[in-house]
Formats: sequence, structure tokens, C-alpha cells
Amino acid sequence: MKQLTDLKLKVWRQAGPEVDGYFESHTVDKVSDEASFLEMLDQLNERLIGEGKEAVVFDHDCREGICGTCSLMINGQAHGPQRATTTCQLHMRTFKSGDEIVIEPWRAAAFPIIKDLMVDRSSFDRIVEAGGFITAPTGGAPDANLILVPKPVADAAMDSAACIGCGACVAACPNGAASLFTGAKISHLNVLPQGQSERYKRAEAMVHAMDDQFGSCTNHGECSAACPKEISLDVIALMNSDFRKSKSKNRKALSRG
Amino acid sequence: MAQTITRPSGSREPVTGTALSPRKKRSFLADLYSTAVGKKYVMAISGIALMGFVLFHMIGNLKMYFGAYELNHYAEFLKELLYPLAPKGAVLWILRGGLLAMLVLHLHAAWSLTVMNRHARPVKYQSPRDYEVANFASRTMRYSGMIVLSFLIWHLLDLTFGVVNTVGADGTFVREEVYQNVVRSLGRWPIAAFYILANLLLGIHLRHGAWSIFQSLGWNNPRFNAWRWAFATGFAAVVVVGNVSFPIAVLLGIVKV
Repeated sequence: MKQLTDLKLKVWRQAGPEVDGYFESHTVDKVSDEASFLEMLDQLNERLIGEGKEAVVFDHDCREGICGTCSLMINGQAHGPQRATTTCQLHMRTFKSGDEIVIEPWRAAAFPIIKDLMVDRSSFDRIVEAGGFITAPTGGAPDANLILVPKPVADAAMDSAACIGCGACVAACPNGAASLFTGAKISHLNVLPQGQSERYKRAEAMVHAMDDQFGSCTNHGECSAACPKEISLDVIALMNSDFRKSKSKNRKALSRG
Repeated sequence: MAQTITRPSGSREPVTGTALSPRKKRSFLADLYSTAVGKKYVMAISGIALMGFVLFHMIGNLKMYFGAYELNHYAEFLKELLYPLAPKGAVLWILRGGLLAMLVLHLHAAWSLTVMNRHARPVKYQSPRDYEVANFASRTMRYSGMIVLSFLIWHLLDLTFGVVNTVGADGTFVREEVYQNVVRSLGRWPIAAFYILANLLLGIHLRHGAWSIFQSLGWNNPRFNAWRWAFATGFAAVVVVGNVSFPIAVLLGIVKV
């Protein structure tokens, strides 16, 4: 185990949504290279609390890379420099002693800052509420394999369902677009047989919910590169194609009622 | 069971009915264009039309390597497209009208998407971004596009209206003398340099645009995904090499009066 020394942190501090924020400089001495990035921040916060100062507020929960709660723009990259890694799984061995580390919150109109590095991502919930579900009858669990799903389709749905909704795609996008998130949420249901009955309704409603709050896709690919779950840009193409079809198919469906 | 729910605009409630009523009673195209995804469709389709134009414009100009008669005769032929089935010039004017409409749509969609993207992130990142995959082409689309647009205006003033061209031996600009006008215009090295620069930027614009078409239109399939970049690069290279060869050929005296 090695120790990192003299890390120069520039941390964004903002007391609330309506006030101006600023960068605050801190030096962190002696951090294990096996510590996660959040554990390094914990160490800073313990010191700040000990000194009677206010701790830096940041989001975190499972700390094992599966819940999508942690965020942070680290040195201009969402979730830091390591690919396919959430901030909680980013280890300090990625950095060197004496490094300057700049930490900012996600920035988007749809992600207002609550405090310091914590942002409100409930705009993602609005998108999922608009159609990111299937209407299934409740009751006893159906038999396994009652509905057959081809293996490649199951894999594709699983790849999309890996999205943890952390918001790194929006944070990394130069346009503040949520196309990768919405595409993933649409794809993981729209490719499966269980998702077919509401397929086009879902695509239409979710894209409209996304449009109300986020920017537009210009195919940079930054979202996919920043995504800790490596969601592919393919989901955006599926969303675009299903959205176009929804405009005619939903009308046809309604005209029969 | 044919229950439809009407959602008031701007409502954030979850959707729970069995079918969504259409958001607003608008025609299919207007409804599609009101969304960011729809505007990307317009960007892609107008982009395809404009790509077709630049390709055939370049191929037509290759006639200058066969001499003055060939190029001037080709210009005359364009006016007589489908003659005598259609009156002289009719088809050409239909094509011109279509191209102008496509250009206007391309510009309007780009403008409104840019406005939308600016609104999606009103507060920029306060520290420098470290882009992972967004390349020079994708991040400069609007600038390369604007320079190409200004070049297009100059190009029309130069070789169509003759306002900024040098006049011929008889002291007047004769539009039909295409070959002579090209040689006189591109013989001035600052103009030739501007043509070369504008066409290199056009190539950069085309490379990102031609790839983006597939994503925006939802043309995504593992069978041909690997070819999308090859197509975009190849198309941009063919257009740029052809177009840049003309000013160079004039400056080197290969194409001369």
C-alpha cells in the first residue's frame, strides 16, 4: 500500500440552489492509494468537521458502482478519468502525489444544484414516469421461460438495463442532452416481447418528457465514453427510429378506439 | 377499456392510462418537427440533399479538365435538363428551389437546436472540460457550417452573379463563360486560398454530418455500423479532393484560358 501526499483539491462550494458558488482549495495529505475517491473526500470532510467547518456535500450510496447515486465532474470528466467506472469505484491510485484535482457538480438546467456537489436528478424520474415501465397484470409470478426471448435480444435488453441513471451522460454532453439515458430506458423494454404492447406509446411519451427538460443530441459520443456502464450510442438510434414510428403508429392505434 | 388520458401541457404527473391521447392536434410533420428528435430528422434529410448537391457539383466541375468547351457545354446542358419533356430551365429551377428549401430547413433546425442546447446548460462548467471522444469536427459543426455558408454566398456572387469576379476581355461578366470565369477568379491567389480553406472546412463538416445522419435517422445495425465512419470519411474525402484540386490546378496553370 502506498500513500499519496499533497493532493491539491479545488472543490465547488455552493450554499444552495439560488446563491453563487465558488471553488475552495484544500490540501489532502496522506491518502492510501487503495482509497476510493469518495473515501478521500470522507477524509477531507472528517478534517473539516474536526476544525468546526462545514463538510463538503456530495451524493453517494452503495459505493460499489451499482446504485447510480454518486456523481462528480473530476478534472473535466464525468466520474473521473477512468473508463466504465463510477466515482465511488475510482481509486486514488489513478492519481499521483501533488496532483491538482478539480471537482465540480454535474451542470445542466435539469439538474439544479442542491448544495455543493449534490444535484437534483429527479428530471430523470419524470422521463421514466412517462413510460419507462410495462403494464403487467399483478398476481402470482409467471412461469419462468413462459415468454421466450432470443438470447441476443435478452443480451441487448440487459446491456440497456445496465443504466444506473447517474446522469454522467447529461453531465458529459456538451449540449446537456439526456439522449443516452432516455435511449437506454426505452431500449431495454422496446426490444423485449414484454415491452411490445406499449412500445410506441412509450417512445413518444418518454422523448417528449426528455425534450421538455434537456438539450439535443449532436452525436459527439461523450455520453457513451463517460457512461460507467458503457451504454452504446446504438440505443439513441433505436430511440430515434421508434419515436418516428410512434408518430404514425400511435395515431393508428387511437383511431381504432 | 379504451380509456385515453389527456395530459395538460407541462404536467408532470405519471402516465397511468392505457393509451396516451396525442399531445396536440397537429399534422404529422409539424408534430415531429416540434421535437428535438424531429429536428434532427430534418437536419439529416436536408443534409442528404445538400450532400447530393456537393457531390454532383464536384463531379460536374471535373469537366474543366476536359477544356472550356466541355465545361461550358455542361453548364448549358443543366439548363436543358429533361428538355423537351420540360421547358428549358424548368427542372433546374425546381432543383434550385428544392436545394434552397433544404438549406433554409438545415439552418433553421441548427439554429433552434443550438438555442435549445444553450438553455439546457445555462451555467457552464467553471473548470476546463476534458473531452474524451468529441472531436474537432463534431464540436465545430456550427462554425464550419457558418464559414461554408459565407463561402457559398461569396461563391454565388463570384461565379453566378459576377459581382466579385474580374471581368473578361470585353469588359463585361458573361455568366455562360463558366470556364473562363473560374480561371479568372481562381487565378487570384487569395481567392484560391479562401476556396481551399472553405472546402477543407466543408470536408470536416461533412465527415461528422455524414456519420450523424445514420444515428439521427435511427439507421443502426451491427451488420453495417462499422461502415458508417468509412462512408463518412470516404464521402468527405472525395468531395474535398475534387474541389480543392480546382484552385490548385488553376494556380499551377494546368487549367488555363
